[in-house]
Amino acid sequence: MSAGSEIVLEARNITKRFPGVVANENVSLKLYRGEVLALLGENGAGKTTLMNILYGLYHQDSGEVLIRGEPVRISGPSDSIRHGIGMVHQHFMLVPVFTVAENIILGAETRNGPFLDLNAARRQIRELSRQYNLDVDPDAYVKDLSVGQQQRVEIIKALYRKADILILDEPTAVLTPQETEELFTIIRSLTARGASVIFISHKLKEVLAIADRIMVLRRGRVVGETTPREATERSLAEMMVGRSVMMEVEKGEAHPGTPVLTLDRVTVLDDRGQRVVNEVSLEVHAGEILGIAGVQGNGQTELVEAITGLRPVHSGRVLINGRDVTNASPRRISETGCAHVPEDRQEDGLVLTYSVADNLVLNTYYTPPFARGIVRNDRAILNHASRLIERYDVRTPGPLTPVSALSGGNKQKVIIARELSREGRLLIAAQPTRGIDVGSIEFIHQRIVAERDQGAAVLLVSAELDEIMALSDRIAVMYHGKIVATLPAASATREELGLLMAGAQPTNVPHETIADGRATVKAQR
Amino acid sequence: MERAGSQFSPRMDSRIQIWGMVHAAIVPIASVVVALVVGAAIIALSGANPLVAYSALFEGGLGSGRAFSRTLEKATPLIFGGLAVSLAFKCGLFNIGAQGQLLMGAVSAAFIGFSLQGLPSALHIPLALLVGALLGAVWAAIAGTLKAFTGAHEVITTIMLNFVAFNLTDWLADGPWKDRTPGNIVARTPAVAPEARLPDIVGVPLGIILAVLAAIAVWWLIWRTTIGFELRTVGQNASAAKYAGISVRRMTVLAMVASGFLAGLGGAVETLGVVGRFQPGFNVGLGFNAITIALLARTNPIAVIPASLLIGVMQAGASRMQFNSGVASEIIDVILALILFFVAADGIIRRVLRLRAEEGERVTLSSGRGS
Ligand SMILES: Nc1ncnc2c1ncn2[C@@H]1O[C@H](COP(=O)(O)OP(=O)(O)OP(=O)(O)O)[C@@H](O)[C@H]1O
Ligand SMILES: [Mg+2]
Repeated sequence: MSAGSEIVLEARNITKRFPGVVANENVSLKLYRGEVLALLGENGAGKTTLMNILYGLYHQDSGEVLIRGEPVRISGPSDSIRHGIGMVHQHFMLVPVFTVAENIILGAETRNGPFLDLNAARRQIRELSRQYNLDVDPDAYVKDLSVGQQQRVEIIKALYRKADILILDEPTAVLTPQETEELFTIIRSLTARGASVIFISHKLKEVLAIADRIMVLRRGRVVGETTPREATERSLAEMMVGRSVMMEVEKGEAHPGTPVLTLDRVTVLDDRGQRVVNEVSLEVHAGEILGIAGVQGNGQTELVEAITGLRPVHSGRVLINGRDVTNASPRRISETGCAHVPEDRQEDGLVLTYSVADNLVLNTYYTPPFARGIVRNDRAILNHASRLIERYDVRTPGPLTPVSALSGGNKQKVIIARELSREGRLLIAAQPTRGIDVGSIEFIHQRIVAERDQGAAVLLVSAELDEIMALSDRIAVMYHGKIVATLPAASATREELGLLMAGAQPTNVPHETIADGRATVKAQR
Repeated sequence: MERAGSQFSPRMDSRIQIWGMVHAAIVPIASVVVALVVGAAIIALSGANPLVAYSALFEGGLGSGRAFSRTLEKATPLIFGGLAVSLAFKCGLFNIGAQGQLLMGAVSAAFIGFSLQGLPSALHIPLALLVGALLGAVWAAIAGTLKAFTGAHEVITTIMLNFVAFNLTDWLADGPWKDRTPGNIVARTPAVAPEARLPDIVGVPLGIILAVLAAIAVWWLIWRTTIGFELRTVGQNASAAKYAGISVRRMTVLAMVASGFLAGLGGAVETLGVVGRFQPGFNVGLGFNAITIALLARTNPIAVIPASLLIGVMQAGASRMQFNSGVASEIIDVILALILFFVAADGIIRRVLRLRAEEGERVTLSSGRGS
């Protein structure tokens, strides 16, 4: 990684205001040829806004952007593409019903007379995939791809447009560790060819691993610059938040009580009718956190959907507090006191056009004090919102601001605040800290442990092994739709979990902790 | 913990809201202006003077007490229709069937009106209105149920139900419910009993009063009740609605029923208030103008009132315009179509005014949501 001294992109004194917030204030940034510049900052610090300005989606109120020394006015993505800037957004912007090739050429169509020349495009895409080891099939439909693959499509899309400045906004938030490694390989081969990358992430380990330089934003201002050599996770966290952050979760012994959630040989089918959850049995007790570890796509998503009533249970039984809620409506399950942090915040967890206040009562809007009979009590809804906004440090101009105007991490905080503030005995949390900054992760983890200590049963599903290990009292490993082992967290090691997640047979695991050990063999293809 | 991020300010919040409201009105108003300008160009091309035509148009709609009461008369069913379409839009449904629902409401209110004699007004009127509204609701419920349980798209089913309603009401008015008074040869029902006719309340027709009350009721339902919240949530994001424990099926049926109820009520009010009987063909096009109104009002129930009045003025003034300037009254339909075109394809207006796409709740012209 030899970062040159040629400045390819420079921002000078950028200021950008939105109603009620200054998203960027006098921000200056330099990007050198062949380097990876990491951008760090709390949720709402202004990272995405700055990138959107460089990409031409927003226009700055003041300040200027220079590309290879030339001042430019970028008034839209087509301008930035012309200047060689490509961007992969925090939330992908692909058309699900189009093929990979169609998505890639969209807006930059290769033509043969008046007709689309898809064949030429396909050839070019194959060439790019080979060159950068980006493995995707040009004829696959985007809706059938995993998130990791979709992201590659976004990257190829940028490369296809001959981008040599690539902006990656939280590219790893939704990737498996394996996919993250692959992405880093791609980034390294890009910079080796002289491209420059701006990389945004809340995972400090990754930033230290991939960046040449690190820039930190806080409340719209640049508060410092450093390099991986000088920085540690701890020092970066402190720079971001402005105080020292505890990286470990403080938690005492669990005192498990009666079972709150019981799954009895639950089988669930995916949209195509495949058995993605195969006779899973488990119990989550009051006062304990059960973590489900597993590479994404091994049935965790569907399992959570089935428990919460969003997907039919094909066979088996689900019990909450001893009552059978198999295939009950989401409303009935919610009313047993089951809080649910859904995996897909944009799709399920929020109505983006609604205010923060309305989203904070999305599933409790009909209960007192938020409603009397069928009449909404706006005052109670607003008070509730103001309380949670403060308590969970949601950065928003106010409770009536639409959630669509919030930064990615703050959207997630709205969901967390809503679900953790419900009085319930069961919390099901899928990827609860995805896209959240270190300071807020600390707080959310403390809150989850506090829930446990107050006697709630917590089912935690997370792609972050660190999170699973830090929070769980017991860890169940899911592989190909089966729980292949359940281990006490105290004695589980990363290596052991990693092996189990990769499908190793749990033979060297103490026998009594193995669940369904024999059936695992069949589950492996 | 550091108490960061308390940038909360109520003033900021309300400023954002007011700005949002102003912003929401820009496109509809600009659409009307542009449509009138294009209409003026067409009038000029046809050799007439657009200024003369337009001043006659507005004089005919607003120039005198009589003109204004004609405008109110025209606007009344439009308000009901606009409310019906708006309410369905809130739930992500495109109710093209307001026309059919309105016909069903009109014919059944007429039946109650002429078949019962000697009932006091205080009983006869509410009964006829209610039956009309319920028939409209039933008619829409067919489409709602099909959507909820089979995924059949409401645009298709309501269009088909429109045809059924056209022919059914035609047949009723020319067959079993035909006016058999000697000398009548046209298809129409007998006149409703005088007790069933809508009176004026201190000089204001009861129909327009009911229409305004309906608009307020719909506004209240949508923005102040949990049912409205459920409807809107389904319309904005059906999978989030499911997550929130809202039954998408139930709300789909309910929204169509409520929408049909309003359209049916509109038909009943028109029958009892203006026409005095059911006569095929008297209110053709109402259901379609209702779509224009709903879009012009950006599905806001209160804004439906001025939008309906505007179109009411044009319809009331059309014959005056034709008389004064020689411009065929059909030009009004052209202008209405242009308004619909500009509000629906609002990208054009936005580009002209250099506005950004807006942040508020979306109006989905057609959602692919099925069962
Ligand atoms: N379209 C918008 N309208 C109004 N405010 C906005 C808009 N986009 C961003 N903001 C505000 O600007 C600030 C910065 O947001 P931005 O998305 O840049 O944060 P971020 O650093 O990317 O955070 P995260 O880590 O959560 O993604 C936030 O307070 C946000 O609410
Ligand atoms: Mg962001």
